[in-house]
Amino acid sequence: MINVTPTQDTYDARLQPPQAQPPAVVPLTAASVIVVILTAVTSFYALAWLYAYMYPQPAGAFTKAVFVVLWLATWLPLLPTVQALRSARKSRNALQDNGIVIARHHAALGRESALTSLGYSVAIVVLALLVAFVSTNDGAIARTFLRPEFIAQAWSDVLRAFWVNVQVAIGAEVLVLVLGLVIAIMRMLPGRAGRPLRFLAVLYTDVFRAIPGIIVLYLVGFGLSLAEVPFFKDLPPIVLAIFALTLTYSAYVAEVYRAGLDSIHRSQWAAARSLGLSYPQALRTVIIPQAVRRVIPPLLNDFIGLQKDTALIGVMGVIDAFTQSRLVGSAVFNLSPVTVVAIVFVLITIPQSRFVDRMIEKDQARQRSGSN
Amino acid sequence: MSYLQIRDLHKSYGSVQILKGISLEVARHEVVCLIGASGSGKSTLLRCINALETIESGEILVDGDQVTGLGVNLNVLRRNVGIVFQSYNLFPHMTVLKNITLAPTMIGGISKDAAEQRAIELLDKIGLRQKAGSYPDALSGGQQQRVAIVRAMAMDPQVLLLDEITAALDPELVGDVLEMIRELAVGGLTMLLATHEMGFAREVASQVCFLHQGKILERGTAEELFENPQEERTQQFLKRVVTAGRL
Repeated sequence: MINVTPTQDTYDARLQPPQAQPPAVVPLTAASVIVVILTAVTSFYALAWLYAYMYPQPAGAFTKAVFVVLWLATWLPLLPTVQALRSARKSRNALQDNGIVIARHHAALGRESALTSLGYSVAIVVLALLVAFVSTNDGAIARTFLRPEFIAQAWSDVLRAFWVNVQVAIGAEVLVLVLGLVIAIMRMLPGRAGRPLRFLAVLYTDVFRAIPGIIVLYLVGFGLSLAEVPFFKDLPPIVLAIFALTLTYSAYVAEVYRAGLDSIHRSQWAAARSLGLSYPQALRTVIIPQAVRRVIPPLLNDFIGLQKDTALIGVMGVIDAFTQSRLVGSAVFNLSPVTVVAIVFVLITIPQSRFVDRMIEKDQARQRSGSN
Repeated sequence: MSYLQIRDLHKSYGSVQILKGISLEVARHEVVCLIGASGSGKSTLLRCINALETIESGEILVDGDQVTGLGVNLNVLRRNVGIVFQSYNLFPHMTVLKNITLAPTMIGGISKDAAEQRAIELLDKIGLRQKAGSYPDALSGGQQQRVAIVRAMAMDPQVLLLDEITAALDPELVGDVLEMIRELAVGGLTMLLATHEMGFAREVASQVCFLHQGKILERGTAEELFENPQEERTQQFLKRVVTAGRL
């Protein structure tokens, strides 16, 4: 016979029903109305400064109308607060009719509306502050960074110089993909025979992750030709730049690969080896393909970093987009040409991120559903 | 003559002794079942035979050739000794067809067309032909496990090791997998299987071994062991299995 202890009766120790009343709506709504008013005031000054900067002479009626409409639009977050008050009234009425559940339902909807209003107001304030910052001091910021005529003037020169950045980035990325993988594999070679190679791989990643990329560029760019190293001394600077960035970024990418290789479960090794595949065969057909798929996002992160670091190659005497923009900028004593470079980097980076997102999604969908 | 001979096998992980002197012989066309509680060493024993684990001492002979020690061509050994795992371990980045044809084309020296034809035939037998182009994620656990068995069989192994292949499956999926093993047994394949399916073990096994704490405590025909266990531990184990409704 099994001796079973009866379950203890815990009814007397139960939690009391938590807060049967509906949550308060009106205070939150009042707060959001106040924030809407503050938003409108802030926006008013921001738009006024912007108008003053853009149109030193009074502008046409249409332009004025646009500004007025923009300002009126900053009052839009008032609409959800109206909704919130309506919900509050419904909640109150329901409560009088003893419909506590309905009252809570409407109160919750009302709070949601009030919070929506707050969210939009805060976003508008942030944008207004940005506009105010750019157009403050009679547009000093805008005139320093965003002068249309200088941007137009620098655009073609900077874009042409940016081709150098593109070449360096692509060249380095191809080499990094290969060298990074070689180092990652070296680092996981098994046994006593692999030990010296493992040591070398660790040393490499430690050293080149420690040295700032700009110093590697500088040393490679000037050192190799200064020391008249055979072969290297005759290479054009752009190739040396590719070489230097490859040295630095292979260390990072090797670590990314290593994380990917480590993340493949041991059972995949066991399955591959148990079928009779050798170590290199298992690595090549089973482990690496899965690892690479997993590390695509961090790999692209490193690539975006690499692309941005091509702006550093000016230190070794290569005229890239940044160097070129500085030349133009110092000629006109204005930073707008440099802003152009910044914009170009933004424009090439964002599509890449989106592209990889899509690639990952597609891959996951394919693996989930199968090909039929 | 025994195809598989194991003599006084010892294996530890660190200071924990898993196998403490296992001796076992498996003749051709024989089906040997290993039963015993979790942690008794069933899986470790199978993994040692396939050389997925290194052993401390003892000998393993496959077809009269000692396969322990250095300098053994493990890739050849493993082609003769297939294994199927509890968690299927299919390659998730390959289709079912590619999973099956990878080893035959890569190391079996079979042309891609011939290997695919063979794979389709095998899949057809188990009713999974239409899944050939699917990825493992799109298959149920039972289907994955049957594909894993086909993958091992595609290398034409002399002996198949099965490591609790139904333990990770939902109960209603177990039947299909066991049916497949039953057919392989009837077909004369030499098998060594660790299992918790006592009813199945009783049905197909020519020899049942009860493992307890790294030793084979008792062995005999299915009838001897299940009907009339001699050791107290065996009796206790079988009693617990009966209580749990698994026999």
